[in-house]
Amino acid sequence: MSEPSAEVPAVLSLSGITKRFGDLVANQTIDLDFFPGEVVALLGENGAGKTTLMNILFGHYVADEGSVRIADHEGKLVPLEQGSPNAALKAGIGMVHQHFTLAENLTGLENILLGTQTLFSPGWQRGRARRKLAEVMKQSGLEVDLDCRVSRLTVGEKQRVEILKALYRDARVLVLDEPTAVLTPQESESLFRTLRALAANGLSVVFISHKMAEVLSASDRIAVLRGGQLVADLPTRVCDRHMLADIMVGRHIEPDERLPSKEGAPLLILKDISTDDGRNALHDLSLSVRGGEILGIAGISGNGQATLARLISGLEPPKSGTIEIDGKRLPADPRKVMAAGIARIPEDRHRDGIVGAMTVAENLAIEAIRSPAFQRLGFLKFSAMASRATEAIEAYDIRCPGPDATARLLSGGNIQKIVLARTLDGDPKVVIAAQPARGLDIGAAEDVHQRLLAARARGAAILLISEDLDELFALSDRIAVIHRGRLSEPQQTEALDRAAVGLMMAGHAPGEAA
Amino acid sequence: MIRFEPRQSVSPVRIAAAPIIAAVLALAIAAIPIWAAGASVFNAYLLMYKGALGSTFAVSELLARATPLILTGLAAAIAFRAKLWNIGAEGQLYAGALAAVAVGSGHLALPPGTLLPLVIIAGAAAGALMMLVPTLLRVRLGADEVVTTLLLNFVILLFVQMMLEGPMKDPLGMGWPQSEPIVDAAVLPKLVERMRVHSGLVVALVLAIAAHIVLKRTVWGFEIRAVGENPAAARHAGIPVTATIVRVGLISGAFAGLAGVGEVAGLKGYLTADLSPGFGYAGIVVAMLAGLSPLGVVLAALFIAGIFVGADSMSRAIGVSNYLADLIVALSLLCVLVSGLFVRFRMRVGGSASAEKP
Repeated sequence: MSEPSAEVPAVLSLSGITKRFGDLVANQTIDLDFFPGEVVALLGENGAGKTTLMNILFGHYVADEGSVRIADHEGKLVPLEQGSPNAALKAGIGMVHQHFTLAENLTGLENILLGTQTLFSPGWQRGRARRKLAEVMKQSGLEVDLDCRVSRLTVGEKQRVEILKALYRDARVLVLDEPTAVLTPQESESLFRTLRALAANGLSVVFISHKMAEVLSASDRIAVLRGGQLVADLPTRVCDRHMLADIMVGRHIEPDERLPSKEGAPLLILKDISTDDGRNALHDLSLSVRGGEILGIAGISGNGQATLARLISGLEPPKSGTIEIDGKRLPADPRKVMAAGIARIPEDRHRDGIVGAMTVAENLAIEAIRSPAFQRLGFLKFSAMASRATEAIEAYDIRCPGPDATARLLSGGNIQKIVLARTLDGDPKVVIAAQPARGLDIGAAEDVHQRLLAARARGAAILLISEDLDELFALSDRIAVIHRGRLSEPQQTEALDRAAVGLMMAGHAPGEAA
Repeated sequence: MIRFEPRQSVSPVRIAAAPIIAAVLALAIAAIPIWAAGASVFNAYLLMYKGALGSTFAVSELLARATPLILTGLAAAIAFRAKLWNIGAEGQLYAGALAAVAVGSGHLALPPGTLLPLVIIAGAAAGALMMLVPTLLRVRLGADEVVTTLLLNFVILLFVQMMLEGPMKDPLGMGWPQSEPIVDAAVLPKLVERMRVHSGLVVALVLAIAAHIVLKRTVWGFEIRAVGENPAAARHAGIPVTATIVRVGLISGAFAGLAGVGEVAGLKGYLTADLSPGFGYAGIVVAMLAGLSPLGVVLAALFIAGIFVGADSMSRAIGVSNYLADLIVALSLLCVLVSGLFVRFRMRVGGSASAEKP
């Protein structure tokens, strides 16, 4: 390996790692070394095998072939016992999962100590732990109130507790799975500063990501996985965005292009909407979307977007205020909402978008199952469902064994294509797209964006709710920011500055941002 | 160390084989207590087989016993499809039986030929009504129907006992707590002369086929499956989730009520408080063995009925308690639940050994 760090011995070495699930090869003969003092980004699309690889490292899975070796006290590489998270912890591998593994009803300190001390440990050990943690916090710059219950901490603080938990156990290798998925841009920046500082102290840091921008700005070395194989292992300085995208997908990717469109009349109008729904409540929210326009709603998850989407989807009525489509009041009934010409792309496509146990054909028909197209006298028209499915599979390039394939077994991208085919095909007047490309790989996200732009070109009014600033800036004509249930005044995308939007997402007033 | 990994795809062969393997396994495990009781295992099972299938009379007994099990099995299967956990088929069966004797014991003056249909409808309606209450509590207030339906079983049984000791007690019953007999016009005709199998079996089979068609081929069935598999997505897609669950609750209760009608109007002729030896609960095992498929319910009900009838006969012959039947039924449920795990997951033994074949 022609790394500058090559003279430093590796702290962790993977060689020839292969893992199969049935016929699927999740990892194929992967060789990868990690060195102290560097930040490595593990980049790849969904299903490329990133998480599988890290799970093997951490002992959740056992590799079918290959070995994991970790440096012992003298720096010599010794095999790590496989299939044992305990051995991985003892060897100094710390993992911060995408979904935190914290006990919500305990304090930060208690969470960190959990599993490190014997049951009913005497109090003085706690004092010693506290002193050690104070030292760790000082060195790493990770500040968090250790005596606060985890349930009261913000997402960013919870993540800090997770990292502290690993550092407290003297981690030498820190693995983070999609660490920025839940953070604001500011929190992400601060996280990467911390990781950089930790690496400078000799820690080996690995983070998994599919976001190009952060991979390029925050890592020393980039390892790219595609289809279970390691396809690139490059120093970050020789990489650029387009090159990485192409390596990751395995073909050339065209960037989104938003052509100017002629704006129509306002189609979707919300006036003074308020709800009482705790954390996700909306307060006096008003907005209006014209035909041929995409209005982007930027915001961190949990600021009321989910409620907004549910209201427009007809799943619940607002406490006060009105929703109008095309001049008519919208009832809170999904079927009437669909009849009014609203296409709904739900945020959680697995929970709200499809019935996983049913077939592709059934999922494509489900919204219109009572229409004469799919039933006669209450009996299903199977041939109509099958031919509709065949058309949609063709038109939307849904990769599946056929109309009778179980929807659950498809990839996230193909599941989203089912949702798109079902909702967008009826030429809707209004589209409400909540996080439509979240968790999708580049190719599938690209496809979703093209479909939304095509609907815009046909004159639909589109409300795009997203956390992804790249997506919002690429697609939206105007952008408004939602924070704690309040919506800022929408502004033309061209007049907006990404950093300012990021600050507003974190709750700063527009004035402060400037 | 044992670990479970999910299978990427589930083969239909495995799904079909699982209940059969489970049934065989249950019989194999039950051999242990038979052996412990000092009997010959082979002999015991041979006697069970003969008791269930060895003669025309045995087969008639088997079919008579299977009739209520098909109906309670359907009650559980259709409700479980919608993830409505109706554990109250036993109570609904008694409610149906009570309604049947109330209507069918000759106190109503009706044109000829209308009494039997009325008895059937009354029994189905009573069962449906008993299930309507827990279903509404579930959809309106979120009350767990496992608890409400289960406890309602005891309430209904006590109510039936009260009626049999009181207002509905047969004045000619020599003091026994039993209802007046069903009049001849309300009796379900026998299928074979001097045998106990009655036309309730035909009703049960027709309903199994109807349930199969409804689930597979109709909008209602589509909606039931969607609501059961993913209520959130069903609601998002505009399916009336509450109405669907209520509908399923009513159908499920009606099936169980009909099981009660069959027992009084087809077999016993009057109602006592020991009408059912747990048909409602056994129906849950039947439904699970059948993989919640209505046609599978028929086969599973025949199997369970065979165990009951065969065990009775065996116990008379060699003196092993017929509690063995309950044991085998319970073991079948456990085995089918475990086999369900193996259908969906692959078990790997050995934690640190890394050279296993996938």
